[in-house]
Amino acid sequence: MTLDTRRGAVLAEEGRLPPERVALVDLLDRLLAGGVVVTGDLVLSIADIELVRISLRALIASVRGPGATETEVDHEPSWW
Amino acid sequence: MTESGIYLYAVTSEAGDACLSVRGVLGEPVRKIGVGDLAAYVSTVPLDQFGEEPLARLLEDLDWVGEVARAHHRVVEAVAEAGPTAPVRLVTVYSGEEQVRELLERRHDDFLAVLSRVAGRREWGVKAYVDPEAASRMAGGGTAGGDASARREAPAGRTGAGPGTAYLQRRKANLHNREDLWRHAVAWAERLHAALGEVAVAGRRHRPQDPQLSGRKEWMVLNGAYLVEEDRSAEFAAAVAAFREAATESGTGAGPGMDVELTGPWAPYSFTAVELETEGREGGAR
Repeated sequence: MTLDTRRGAVLAEEGRLPPERVALVDLLDRLLAGGVVVTGDLVLSIADIELVRISLRALIASVRGPGATETEVDHEPSWW
Repeated sequence: MTESGIYLYAVTSEAGDACLSVRGVLGEPVRKIGVGDLAAYVSTVPLDQFGEEPLARLLEDLDWVGEVARAHHRVVEAVAEAGPTAPVRLVTVYSGEEQVRELLERRHDDFLAVLSRVAGRREWGVKAYVDPEAASRMAGGGTAGGDASARREAPAGRTGAGPGTAYLQRRKANLHNREDLWRHAVAWAERLHAALGEVAVAGRRHRPQDPQLSGRKEWMVLNGAYLVEEDRSAEFAAAVAAFREAATESGTGAGPGMDVELTGPWAPYSFTAVELETEGREGGAR
């Protein structure tokens, strides 16, 4: 267990990256599907933009392997 | 002089005092707007880029989105270093500071609830990939086995229905094996997700990433985010490491040749996805 935890700590350290080296794709997962969403009259949020038409939406649309099942849990964290 | 808006990055409890030397979107300085026991981190942005029309166009430009995303992340990271943080969704722009103050006042309790959920916890990302080719080789069966069995049937095919049938049988066997492999990999991903859920406070699965963005052609079977107590980080990473070893151990034949990647710690982006409406959509009550 001690060895495991140490190995874990090493792995955790490997995962630590400065902001400019974080993979954009990992970042977009979080920035486009996470975070507090504020909507209303005096605010412009990405939710107000018609994302359906833009290529970014197409790029981040889910890809599935053969026989994959829908695991859409966006906007609905399991603990909420 | 172009019109400007207020770009909102994150909301924190006032107790934290983030280092504001970090620059925001378009290199603008970041400032803090405090209201009671909450604080919002913002910077000024020009509406010729962040107005609705130009924004719809600019969001098509992945380079522009990348720059904004990194700047947003840089600020959120700096703020999250100092204390519990609720990151705000990418590109949330207010017409003025007064509206941001109003948001903090009106949604005070919601923000406190979010902040108390993420306090003392960090988000970790775990991605799992399966390379169908490597996995079938490693299993000693899979596609290769399908080929072998199809070959065994081939002589009969040659004397009987001809090479076309043998080819179709082989194709069918391959397809069948790919489906088996996929099911197997998905089952492993489920087990991994469940195992990590044992250590994490909460877990959430993001959509699998597009290979065009990730640059990886393998099947992505898990794109998970986990909220973990800070003092259990090493334990969490150890669980990932243990699974990675089990999944790649060729001797046991148990694993599907899965590649498991850990990223983080992240600010709790995936666990603050709550929608807050402000004025105008609640019957106009102010």
